[in-house]
Amino acid sequence: MNKEEVDGRAKRFANAFYRAFKSFLSALQVITGVVLLLGLFKTFVTPGIITSIFTGEPFRDTLVGSMLGSILTGNPITSYIIGGELLDDGVSLFAVTAFIMSWVTVGITQLPAEALFLGKRFAFARNALSFVLAIVVAVATVLTLGAIT
Amino acid sequence: MFYVILFLLNPGKIYFSLQIALHIFIQITPVIISVIILMGILNYILKPKTVIKHLGEESGVKGWLLAISFGILSHGSIYVWYPLLKELHEHGMRTGLLAAFLYNRAVKIPLLPLMIFYFGIPFVALLTFYTTVASVVEGKILELIEHMFVGREEEKIV
Repeated sequence: MNKEEVDGRAKRFANAFYRAFKSFLSALQVITGVVLLLGLFKTFVTPGIITSIFTGEPFRDTLVGSMLGSILTGNPITSYIIGGELLDDGVSLFAVTAFIMSWVTVGITQLPAEALFLGKRFAFARNALSFVLAIVVAVATVLTLGAIT
Repeated sequence: MFYVILFLLNPGKIYFSLQIALHIFIQITPVIISVIILMGILNYILKPKTVIKHLGEESGVKGWLLAISFGILSHGSIYVWYPLLKELHEHGMRTGLLAAFLYNRAVKIPLLPLMIFYFGIPFVALLTFYTTVASVVEGKILELIEHMFVGREEEKIV
């Protein structure tokens, strides 16, 4: 490999990283907005508030679980801990499963950022489908679990 | 704006939310750095032809398996991955695979022991299985929607 080729590659490499950095810099504003919103959610929506929303009626609770999981967001560990608490409080496994599924697959808080990067149509359709699929996956999982245990 | 209004009503809680936001920022910083590095490397080595071959329209089962695996293996907050996914999509990654990647982020290998602790092995195994199936279903439906819209737009042009 001659010096010109090495220089050309180094230039291409530096340019690739410059483009990546520039692209991310423009995304940083959106990411900051999402993080600030998350800060508000975590302060004002406590696990106690979440538990109080469930009624004990499995079908309604599954829908509520999926809706709550869609609105709330954060580390999945939090959803497992809240899910465990909800189960202890007598909330159905259908509702808890829908809750932990939509927690990770649906993101109302991130929706503006997702729409900005991946397109409005994609973001809205994906989140709506993920909301429905959280319920479907919950029903399929719990019914199969019931059948095999 | 929210912050300004809420700060006037409850400055203590707003101070607390800012602390949480700062904590989240510190937590996601390593992921942000790794995503920038990954984007740089991909910019350097990936050409639209390569993306189309492995993740494009003709990628077939291999494409789905790649998207599912990358989704499971990816870490950090979802929004950090949007810029990278945007670039891959612009390079030719199909929409269904984009959705499959995002959906499979529900499967977190390092967190499986904790999930098993709360819900048991059979539950976690079934949920993981149905999650991967649902990711493909979602991807296929989104592609159908996309084709429907593209079809309509083409009809309008004709």
